[in-house]
Amino acid sequence: MSNPRLWLPLLVFAGLAAAPFLGLGQGHSLTLLARGMIFGLAAVSLMLLVGGAGLVSLGHAAMMGMGAYAVVVLDHAGITEAWMVFPAGILAAALFALLTGAIAIRTSGVHFIMITLAFGQMAFFTTSSLAIYGGDDGYTLFNRTEVFGARWLENRLVFHFVCLGLLVACWALVQMLLESRFGRVLRASRENETRARALGFAPYPYRLLAYVIAGAMGGLAGVLLANSAEFVAPAYLAWQRSGDLLFMVILGGLAGPHGALVGALAFVLVEEWLSHAMEHWRLVFGPLLILCVFFLRGGIVGLLRRG
Amino acid sequence: MNTTLLLVQGLNGLQFGVLLFLVAAGLTLVFGVMDFINLAHGVQYMVGAYLGASLAALTGSFWLGLLLALPAALVFGLVLEFLVFRHLYDRDHLSQVLATFGVILFLNEGVKVVFGAAPMQMPVPELLSGGVPLMDGLLYPTYRLAILAAGLATAALLWFLVERTRAGMLVRAGATNAPMVAALGVDIRRLFMLVFGFGAMLAGFAGVMAAPILSVEPGMGDNLLILAFVVIVIGGIGSVRGAFVAALLVGLVETIGRGLMPDLMRLFMDASSARQTGAALASMLVYIVMAAILAFRPAGLFPARA
Repeated sequence: MSNPRLWLPLLVFAGLAAAPFLGLGQGHSLTLLARGMIFGLAAVSLMLLVGGAGLVSLGHAAMMGMGAYAVVVLDHAGITEAWMVFPAGILAAALFALLTGAIAIRTSGVHFIMITLAFGQMAFFTTSSLAIYGGDDGYTLFNRTEVFGARWLENRLVFHFVCLGLLVACWALVQMLLESRFGRVLRASRENETRARALGFAPYPYRLLAYVIAGAMGGLAGVLLANSAEFVAPAYLAWQRSGDLLFMVILGGLAGPHGALVGALAFVLVEEWLSHAMEHWRLVFGPLLILCVFFLRGGIVGLLRRG
Repeated sequence: MNTTLLLVQGLNGLQFGVLLFLVAAGLTLVFGVMDFINLAHGVQYMVGAYLGASLAALTGSFWLGLLLALPAALVFGLVLEFLVFRHLYDRDHLSQVLATFGVILFLNEGVKVVFGAAPMQMPVPELLSGGVPLMDGLLYPTYRLAILAAGLATAALLWFLVERTRAGMLVRAGATNAPMVAALGVDIRRLFMLVFGFGAMLAGFAGVMAAPILSVEPGMGDNLLILAFVVIVIGGIGSVRGAFVAALLVGLVETIGRGLMPDLMRLFMDASSARQTGAALASMLVYIVMAAILAFRPAGLFPARA
């Protein structure tokens, strides 16, 4: 059990599963944990890109936005059935990832960062100008998504375990993908593209597929986020949100998807704690980010492994 | 859309373009010379605007405010370089993106604490407060023409410094091949500090000039930063000439697009949906242009690195 790739996430999942029964059953802390798990899911999907393929996307919030706005569009049309809403959100984000990824993947390094940023901004401005869905002001959902017409997701405890279940599934999928042949090709072309090509692997389709899978998971996180807040706004897609997601991945450490998971939970909890402790909490949070970059090179996971 | 309106939109676009150029020039040089992604360049523009507005209010004169804001922006940039950026040169782009992201959070909140969350006003100087009759029935604000002139003059000065002086030669050489320049015995760190301070001052200058026509508020640099990145990516990273051409292009596309798009859409659909679709398309136009240019020239229009 010395492998933190396994015991650390299992410990975290066990903690999350036990949380509602350990006095964290009150409304607010459960909402907060759900938020942490949703961002954890998005961060884990981003980890597939950053840690697996070396693709630093500064537009991942747009994937969450696609999922969240799919909920809004369907809600506006009177459709709130989970079997419609979830696939729609995932497909919308995957399609967006496929279209933008087909162009973005052709570039690399700083150009990739900038192009994903540009596509993210396009999505942001599009949602800002959709007046029927509230434009800049956002859209308040009438109800949470229903399952076979039943309002199970309104129950905080049920929603908690739905988030947890999906998080575990996505973590396992990313972990599996990274360790599969697919993941090895991704990593090989990140380390040395020429060599990977010489071995007969064209990186483009692998990277594009990784981008689409990560986008689909981002969309799933977006559907959950919309349900959790019962409100969706263009701010969900702002590039600063993509910056937050990247930071969660790095804060946790790039050793594996469990790093992104731990990073996201830590990020959400610190943000929550600081924003309650003081009004101008970003004055502390900003320098904290800088210090993490300076001194926490292996991320939190790296720290745990050393300690 | 008549000729007068088009002329006004064109002038506004050019004027926005030169402001963008002032921000993008520093950004592209810093990136070109040190391979350093500075997301915090936009907040340096914001800090310039705040410095200008508050110094002008303090001294009671726009000109004194402008004059004092420039060295203040320079010093501010150098302090940031000393505290944060110099520790990041040897790190990967990802670390640079994240650490400078932290600087953005801090400074956006910082100006809120110091100056309040409400927008600040900076009055147009009396000397430039009137309008200039460009043609029959068109009185264009003098101050906007002054921005255009000052921006073009700064661009010319920058062109002279970069193309015709020894320091400029080293900067250009550094942007093309930094290790080679370092191997020739040039202290590349000091060169970078110079470029960095100068870039911070240019961004600050753009901020002060924009202050009277835009509202000075926290976060005002964020959107401009993204556009400045679009500019340097279209222009070719590290190229000042590319930044200039791309800045004017982006300024014009952004401004004229906002004016034209809703009218253009009205050809296809009814008025209210035309307004909506037009506005959405207009704000995406710059990014569509960028994607189109990069699809054909992945390294930008004037790549600095051959």
